[in-house]
Formats: sequence, structure tokens, C-alpha cells
Amino acid sequence: MKKTIAGTEVDVNDEGYLTDMSQWNEAIAAAIAAEEGIGPLTDAHNKVINYLRQQQAAGAALTIRSMGKSGIVTTKELYDLFPGGPLKKSSKIAGIPKPVGCI
Amino acid sequence: MNKHLLILGGGTAGTMMANHLRKRLPASDWKMTVVDRSDRHLYQPGLLFLPFGGYTEDQIIRPTRDFMPSGVEFLQTEVEQVLPDQHQVKLKDGSALTYDVLIIATGCRTAPEETQGMLGPKWRVNVHDFYTLDGARALRDKLDPFQGGRVVVHVNEMPIKCPVAPLEFTFLADTFFRERGIRDKVTLTYVTPLSGAFTKPKASKKLGHLLADKGIEVVTDFVAEQVDQENDKLVCFDGREVPYDLLVTTPTNMGDQAVRRSGLGDDLDFIPTHKHTLQSLKHPDVFVIGDATNVPASKAGSVAHFESETLADNVMLHIDGKPLKEEFDGHSNCFIESGNGKALLIDFNYEYEPHEGGFPFSFGPMKLLEESRLNHLGKLAFRHVYWNVLLKAWPLPGISRQKRKPIEV
Repeated sequence: MKKTIAGTEVDVNDEGYLTDMSQWNEAIAAAIAAEEGIGPLTDAHNKVINYLRQQQAAGAALTIRSMGKSGIVTTKELYDLFPGGPLKKSSKIAGIPKPVGCI
Repeated sequence: MNKHLLILGGGTAGTMMANHLRKRLPASDWKMTVVDRSDRHLYQPGLLFLPFGGYTEDQIIRPTRDFMPSGVEFLQTEVEQVLPDQHQVKLKDGSALTYDVLIIATGCRTAPEETQGMLGPKWRVNVHDFYTLDGARALRDKLDPFQGGRVVVHVNEMPIKCPVAPLEFTFLADTFFRERGIRDKVTLTYVTPLSGAFTKPKASKKLGHLLADKGIEVVTDFVAEQVDQENDKLVCFDGREVPYDLLVTTPTNMGDQAVRRSGLGDDLDFIPTHKHTLQSLKHPDVFVIGDATNVPASKAGSVAHFESETLADNVMLHIDGKPLKEEFDGHSNCFIESGNGKALLIDFNYEYEPHEGGFPFSFGPMKLLEESRLNHLGKLAFRHVYWNVLLKAWPLPGISRQKRKPIEV
């Protein structure tokens, strides 16, 4: 479905995750973050978001572990930055799919 | 000239590949060897039932050699290191095997040591797992005299083998405690690092009620910082705590340690593999199948089965110097126990999430994403299919390697 976020029309799924990561921009990130009760986005948030987008573009699996080991952020810091659901919220703000199981 | 096809791992995937390729590679030209540290083949889906007294061990363990075709040498030994540049595999005793084509089917393992406190003094006292034979046995002995308390079923991090098994365990535990007349003395909690017990829209909509119906509490977005064995609680990185009397955990899953010793894996020791051809992304003469790969498919026997059909074709194409088929689509298919003698059946791939419909044909006889007794009987019957059809690499009637496109409803 279509949704206008920060003045830009983008494609999202039922849960509001962007389905095309190329439609993303920083204003969209800020708007989704505000909706999720996160922010304003700092350099620390942006580091995580950029890392997630790079990993996603490279086709790598996103796990809390890989983030922790990447040196970008510790798992604890990730919870501090994105309270309530670090991977699902950071993924949404980064414009990439939510991490899911098989059902 | 004699060539050598070497398979590391004699589990589900390795055994199927041995059977596929022995039929297709002329014995006059090709020698085939399978290496595994164990000479016992474990029917892993049985580990889900063992803790509840559902299977006896002789129903789920058989000699590996019974499933190796003639003309395949089985070596029971430990792999020390794979040296792809030399086309060699070093074994623990210091000897080495040289190969022309290598198939790595070394699976995955549980790594409880990855989580702080998990392997403390109460490991297998009130902190249990069921993904290993030892763990499932210990849990059976714990559950049998269990009188009640807080039972917490926990997934530590993704990906895990048979990703729905912890949820199935929770459903089966609900039935088990009810049949024992102690369900009112037990609280059941499912703890997951994901955003829910169900994360895909169709499954979530169709099955979400199962948890509430069974009185199962779900704790989401929970990444365990530690298992606090002194106070019997799981502690999340954000400070949340889940106390337990019995913890049934699914530790972090990682690839085999030989993968790490060989420097072939990612940070979880899974091997970067082409998700449609199953060729190693680094070494053209190396192929990877089953739980050992990093492909974004489920780590499950059905996936290994569908992969094995594509991989057998691709090994033959590779040997003939022809381009590989980019065919494997992530197809996965599994029965999910939902308790009370019923089960669900799901079918999905990289592209299509689990959906409703008939299986294996559009008219059935089985129904996808719906609880039924027939699906449960299917799951029980599957053990015979596994031993007698699947491992021998015979095709499953009506079930093709690539998933059929779901009919829109």
C-alpha cells in the first residue's frame, strides 16, 4: 500500500515497513522514528541505521549478534537507542524489512 | 583416472547426497566418501517428542552405515580442517583426504556457551534444552516427576534449526501438563527475540489465537543478556526479567567447529553459499547443503531434501563444465504440532510466506495453515517416510523441489 511519510509517497506493508528500501531518505527516517516514540535521531542512531542499510543491501542476515560484533553498537546500547524492540524498530526506521521467523 | 567426491557430514543432507550421487556418478571414474564423527543417525524431529515420552530411542536412532549406498565409503572420524585451495580435508588423526568435488553438510550445533550463565551449575538441573539427544533425555527425566511451577520456553537468537520447534514444544507441554492433571499448577511462557511467536501476517492472523486459547504468555523482543542461575531468571539487555522454575532454552545455533577452524564461515560459522545454486561463494569446487549454509531458508530436513535435488543436478553440471541451475527457491515444508493430537502443515519459500490451501494438491488431502488430526498423523507417519524414502533420496510423490505458486484466496 501507499503511504505519505514526510511529504514523500512510499510503498509500505501492513505494519508500516517500507517495501522498497530505495524510497528511503533521512526525513522519512525521522518521521518513522517519531511515530515509534524514538528520537530525535542522533549520530548514534544514524550509525545503526546506516549499518543496517548496508547489511541489507549486501544481502546479509541481520541479527543482534552481528550488530554487537560489528563494533557499531553493543546490544545494551541498541536497547537504549531503540527501547522496546531494538531490531524491529531500527529496521523500520532504516526502511528495511522487519526480522521475522518462518511463520 | 579416478576422481573423488567427498561429503563432510553423514546426517540428513549428507546421506541424501551420497544416495543421489552414487546413482549418477559412474563407479569406474568416481570414488565417493562420507565422513562423520558419529556412526549413529539421529532422526532429529523425534527430539521434540522424546521429552514427553513420545518416542523410544530405538525409534529415532539407527546406524549411519545402513543408509549409505554400496560404493560409498563411510569414515567415522573428526574433520580437523578444510583446505579448499589445496583441495584437501585434514582429519583429526593427521591424515588428509584429497577431493575433486567437496560437499559440506556439517549441519549446525547448539552453543549454550555463547550466553552468559547458561552453562552454570544448574545446566540440566532446571535449565534444559531438547535439541540434543542428551538434552532431550535429561528433560524427559525432569518432566516426568514435575509437579508444577513456572515453565519458560526460550529462543535465544535466530537463526535456529527447525525454527518452529520451540513453539511446538510449548503447545505439547500444555497438552502434557493437562493430561497429567496439573495444568492449573503450571504457568507456560514463551520468550522470543522476535516481535511475536508468529511474525508472518497470514500465520499470525490464522494462528495467533492458539496461544491465548492455551493460556500461554508470550514475551517478545527479548534478547537474553544472561541466565541468572542463582535467582532462576532470564535477564534481558533492557533489564526485563523472566523468572522460571524450569527453563527450556534453545541456545544460539552455530555451524560446526570445523568450519571455524577452516575459516570458511560467517560470525555464526555458517558458510556463505549461493542461495539458488548451493555453490560456495568462494570456492567453485565446494558445495554446501542443509543447516551448514547461510542461505535465508529454514534450517530443516525438508529444506535439505529440496536442496539435495537441485544440488545433485548442479554437481553433475559442474563436473561437466556446464553452468549451474539457479533453481533452489528456499522451499520448506513442515508439520507443526499444535497439541491435543493435532498439527498444522506449512509450505513456503524465499518468496511466499506460509499460506492457506490444499496440500500436496490443490484439493488436499491435507490442508495448509490449519489444525487437523490428519496433519498430526502425517507428522507421526513422516518418521517412516524419513527412514525409508527421504534418506534414500527417492522423490516424494506430488511434492516438487520448487514450491508451487499459492492460489490466491
